[in-house]
Amino acid sequence: MTQINVRVDGVSYSDDVEPRTLLVHHLREQLGKVGTVVGCDTSNCGACTVHLDGVAVKSCTVLAVQADGSEVTTIEGLAQNGTLHPMQKAFHDSHGLQCGFCTPGMIMASIDLLTENPSPSETEIREGIEGNLCRCTGYQNIVRAVQQAAAEMSGTQDRTVGNGHVSLAVVDTAAAPHVAGAQS
Amino acid sequence: MIPAPFAYVRPTTIDEALQAVADGGEDVKIMAGGQSLIPVMRLRLAAPETVVDLGRVTELRGVRDDGDAIVIGAMTTHHDVLVDPLVAQHAPLIAEATETVADRQVRARGTFGGALAHADPAGDLPAVALALDAEFVVAGPGGARRTVPAADFFVDYLTTALGEGELLVEVRIPKLAGQWGMHYEKFTRVAQAWPIVAVAAVVRRENGAIAEARIGLTNMGPTPLRASAAEAALAGAAATPDGIAAAARSAAEGTSPSSDLNAQADYRQHLAQVLTRRAVTAAAGL
Repeated sequence: MTQINVRVDGVSYSDDVEPRTLLVHHLREQLGKVGTVVGCDTSNCGACTVHLDGVAVKSCTVLAVQADGSEVTTIEGLAQNGTLHPMQKAFHDSHGLQCGFCTPGMIMASIDLLTENPSPSETEIREGIEGNLCRCTGYQNIVRAVQQAAAEMSGTQDRTVGNGHVSLAVVDTAAAPHVAGAQS
Repeated sequence: MIPAPFAYVRPTTIDEALQAVADGGEDVKIMAGGQSLIPVMRLRLAAPETVVDLGRVTELRGVRDDGDAIVIGAMTTHHDVLVDPLVAQHAPLIAEATETVADRQVRARGTFGGALAHADPAGDLPAVALALDAEFVVAGPGGARRTVPAADFFVDYLTTALGEGELLVEVRIPKLAGQWGMHYEKFTRVAQAWPIVAVAAVVRRENGAIAEARIGLTNMGPTPLRASAAEAALAGAAATPDGIAAAARSAAEGTSPSSDLNAQADYRQHLAQVLTRRAVTAAAGL
């Protein structure tokens, strides 16, 4: 066993782990951070994406011991005092999800993308989150959500986004009647 | 899927790393960014007794100018290669290919040296290193250094010239003099996929003709290859679409690509010709 000190979502933890423990298993099973999910377990799907020292990584492809001395942010650490992160809010507003399984990873990857490119084009968004798979194929609204969050986070909510093909946050609630109430 | 148990060592210097590799004996694996090693360990395709993690060896990171070459530290992440001004200036081909490696999260952890030492025939960087005539600086037991040309570095499937107890330290990319253009042309079916075939082209033009071409092929055999016949045909050829197309028809000569779920060998050979034409055309600025 190896002792590691990791700060997760603002709280410092000191734990003994086996070197073979994957970061995602440490987060979920030892620290109870079950908001981060295990999807494909083969580094493809990105559902387990967290921020390691501020950078998006696939936590199923990082050993917990590699995170020793680092700061981890999971989906559970984004909201502040009950207020959703703009990206979380945008995914909610634009209904950027269907089953929701890919959502934690999508949100963490999208925030990382905006850190480097605060106003990405639609193509740059699609390429920027290529490491995250939505098995429901709900990409249209995911891309809209990232566009909305980008506008909000850079303070340009009124701008025209994308190439004109996709309008900002026009949610087809007919396809998602259960969120119609949330939109009104 | 959890890896089999292993002992974990985390050196902070090259000397410590070499010692740890020596102490690890026969069944030691060196981990760079872990983006290939951890998946194969999870699948139990690899179950080393000892893993030496180079993640804290800071002297292996970064890109520097060394006069007639730029030198890329083995532990420089793909992300850091992508944003490096020296790479952009002297070897934009590396950035172009790196941008297509896996996805953003993997590029944040995966390293230039790790990808080369892993030597996956479908990896993007080996053919690029080959086309740029890169030199691999290797440290061995006791700290002895040797330099291996790219042409000798890739030995077989997932096998390099790195011997027991050796470590890839850095890669020298010679600066090119003259009017050079470069392009990486990659064929994939879906996003973040490995290339079915890819071609790295480095072309020097002189007086409207192609004076010299270096062409690296990805996934056309157990190691990356130079398309020697096409290179010979291009030397002195007119820098025109017809001239390039004629030369590119020999791009698959001497290759022995595999057949798998993605493509049959003859389809790969056809692709090599098409992609070579496209890559050389773009590199020649046409």
